[in-house]
Amino acid sequence: MRNLWLFISKYNAFFLLVIFFTISLILLINNNSYQRASVWNSSNQMVGSAYERVNEFSSYLILGKTNDSLAAENARLRNLLTSSYYDDSVRQVTVKDSVLKQQYIYTVARVINNSVHQKNNYLTINRGSKHGIKKGMGVIAPSGVIGIVLNVSENFSTVRSLLHTETKISASVDGNIGSLVWGEGNYDSRFALLKDIQSHLNIKKGARVTTSEFSLFPPGTNIGYVTESDTRDENSALNIQVKLDTDFAKLQYVYVIINLLSEEQLNLEAQNKVE
Amino acid sequence: MGRAVIVNSIRFIVLIATQVFLFKNIGYYNLSIPYLYILFILLLPFGMPNALLFLLAFFTGLTVDVFYDTLGLNAIACTVMAFVRIVFISVTVQRDGFDNEPEPSLGIMGFRWFVFYAIILTFFHHLVLFSFESFKFSELGFTFIRVILSTLFTVFLILITEFAFFRKKVR
Repeated sequence: MRNLWLFISKYNAFFLLVIFFTISLILLINNNSYQRASVWNSSNQMVGSAYERVNEFSSYLILGKTNDSLAAENARLRNLLTSSYYDDSVRQVTVKDSVLKQQYIYTVARVINNSVHQKNNYLTINRGSKHGIKKGMGVIAPSGVIGIVLNVSENFSTVRSLLHTETKISASVDGNIGSLVWGEGNYDSRFALLKDIQSHLNIKKGARVTTSEFSLFPPGTNIGYVTESDTRDENSALNIQVKLDTDFAKLQYVYVIINLLSEEQLNLEAQNKVE
Repeated sequence: MGRAVIVNSIRFIVLIATQVFLFKNIGYYNLSIPYLYILFILLLPFGMPNALLFLLAFFTGLTVDVFYDTLGLNAIACTVMAFVRIVFISVTVQRDGFDNEPEPSLGIMGFRWFVFYAIILTFFHHLVLFSFESFKFSELGFTFIRVILSTLFTVFLILITEFAFFRKKVR
């Protein structure tokens, strides 16, 4: 205690400085609005920046929870979008003409499931029996043929894509009719094969390939163009490689073709078998 | 002893009066502002206790503050100045000389020592004063210019005053 007192009295100038400095500072800050405001402002700034740093760090710790809540919110908002509601309205393009009788009606459909990399590829569209879709109807896209309706439920239909080993479409090139197949030796979604065209015919590269009169598609519907044409040995038919106009991997909207006269045609053809 | 109290009391009243009524209105574009009243603290006798020195310095500053409406500002500067004075004197003046030289005036301590003494103390006083007046680091450069120019002005006035009341002590 005595040593402490000696220490303080030896350096009394410093301790007196501290005492009087403190008194003056308190007076200064308490009685001058500018200095008082500055003190509070700067301390608030320090506190604020400290909180900001801590918050910046702690926000990393709850990043997972934040992501979860954002994802949940996204899902909730997505549920409110019109695209998540089933569109029940059917837009049909019907041309009324007194001279020509309407044969084909196009029904728009959205592709909701699609595959191109399988050996047998199928599509699912959001139209079904409710909208007049029946088994065996043709499906096209703006750029060309897509496939044939395979199964129909109330609201959905599956479509056997052109990229299917069992799909055969009657096609014509320069007026010569052949059969368009896919999956015989090639599994490239960009190309198909045109068979049964006589080898004496000269098919040039770049010739348009369209649907023929015999197909269930409207005649003249685009398919693609010829990229390669040669004879396989000991075969009377040409092997024609066709580059498809449609990019099957990017299908969004398709049209289902309702053939108004197909029933009449089938009934008539069925009579032939009875005889 | 009694004479020293009377002399310092008169000096205090005169210096404070000139400061608050005359020098308060003098200044060079807010850059160079004289604070002649610190001469009172400069000229306090050598032998007085530290506590009394601090008390007088604090009280002097507070008196000026009352007139300047800046309570505490000059007090804080004068408190720091008193500390600088104690350190400066303990470094430069021998202790045994206190009896012969009662106060650190120009006539007693010599021109060189007194100028140095005045510049150091004035500089610290003004440094604290202007720093706490601006109260922010962003104006550091401007504050420092003010400190230098005001120190020159104040020291100039102190020297004039000292020469005016020059009294060569016969040793």
